[in-house]
Amino acid sequence: MNQQRKAVALISGGLDSMLATQSILEQGIHVEGINFFTGFCVEGHTHAIRKQDADKPKRNNSLWVAEQLGIKLHIIDVIEEYKQVLLNPKHGYGANMNPCLDCKIFMVNKAKQWMAENGFDFIITGEVVGQRPMSQRKQTMPIVSAESGANDLLVRPLSAQNLPATLPEREDWISREKMFDFSGRSRKPQMALAKEYNFTDYAQPAGGCCFLTDAAYSKKLVDLWQARGNRDYELDDVMLLKVGRHIRPKPHFKVIIAREDGEARFLSGYKKEFISMNCASHRGPLALIDGTPTEEDLYLAGQITARYGQGREAEMVEVTLRNQQGEERNIQVKPLTAEQIPAAWFV
Amino acid sequence: MSHETLNARRLLCPLPVIRTQDKVKTLQNGDILTVECTDPGVMQDIPAWCRINGHKVLETKADDGEYIIVLEVV
Repeated sequence: MNQQRKAVALISGGLDSMLATQSILEQGIHVEGINFFTGFCVEGHTHAIRKQDADKPKRNNSLWVAEQLGIKLHIIDVIEEYKQVLLNPKHGYGANMNPCLDCKIFMVNKAKQWMAENGFDFIITGEVVGQRPMSQRKQTMPIVSAESGANDLLVRPLSAQNLPATLPEREDWISREKMFDFSGRSRKPQMALAKEYNFTDYAQPAGGCCFLTDAAYSKKLVDLWQARGNRDYELDDVMLLKVGRHIRPKPHFKVIIAREDGEARFLSGYKKEFISMNCASHRGPLALIDGTPTEEDLYLAGQITARYGQGREAEMVEVTLRNQQGEERNIQVKPLTAEQIPAAWFV
Repeated sequence: MSHETLNARRLLCPLPVIRTQDKVKTLQNGDILTVECTDPGVMQDIPAWCRINGHKVLETKADDGEYIIVLEVV
């Protein structure tokens, strides 16, 4: 009796990994999914925070995909290990702070480790030759196989017929003919295959599934590093960059202002880590102060905070300042006008 | 059979799922785990994770920004 072969699939939550996994499931392989959480994954974070998005579905697409496919999914926290990938990418960055090629190598390597620890035989990804400008080019796909150490145990079912035969194909665990020859940026072959598999609902992320591909987010991350004088970060930093208006009037401090109630609720969880403030005499947003503000800076932060409250037209607004120990005091500030907040302050 | 509580407040998905997954690995069949969260996304994600992995959701409740999920390890 043939041995039941087992594959681990990198499940991003998008269509390609869903299709790749289904094509291997149909060949009688036992598949389980793996999803790595770097801290920069888009997966619904800000949707969950922002109240105005409360009616949007908050599902995690990787879990949803696994459920549709009927496979187990293992979500792995790689936040700490991922720092080295982001801070020192051997292959450099893409258009923004996205180290896509190093990221893919890292994830396939982690999948290889998981495969060895759990007695699995090979790895599946939804990669397509020519689909993405950095990590999914004909020249870079062999780099992912080699530098991850996965070598010919890495199977890309959607483009398998365009690539050298892998060990699972040579050993007849899976059939090359039952895989595909997709290439390029067109999504039509994937759409057609999805129809064939009766997948009617699937995520279509615009711009990928990582905040690091987003120009505005990358700018905030670089600003954070510049202000601190080093490129280290913690998960809370990564999260806070996704929330609120970030306004930096001076190099040594910035103001993070909630844009609505959901963000205010989220930011209020950080009152013990940051000086915080909110308008006392009028309705207004919660703001956190990141950095080392002087008394004069706190007055300026109060003026900025007041600008985004209902007292913006008032002569004076009372603002409550709160230190990390919860001690409060009130100050009177004159709200800044829109013209008094230079565009350059907005991170 | 034990009943444990996991504090996953302030964590955003998928971290509450990861913490739940890691905690469940330390529990035995029949044990009960209560997960306390503040991210509304858990109301979808933790039950989905339970369905995928065969665990049983006994109760979900939302109360003033808190989301509680009680599950039985199977």
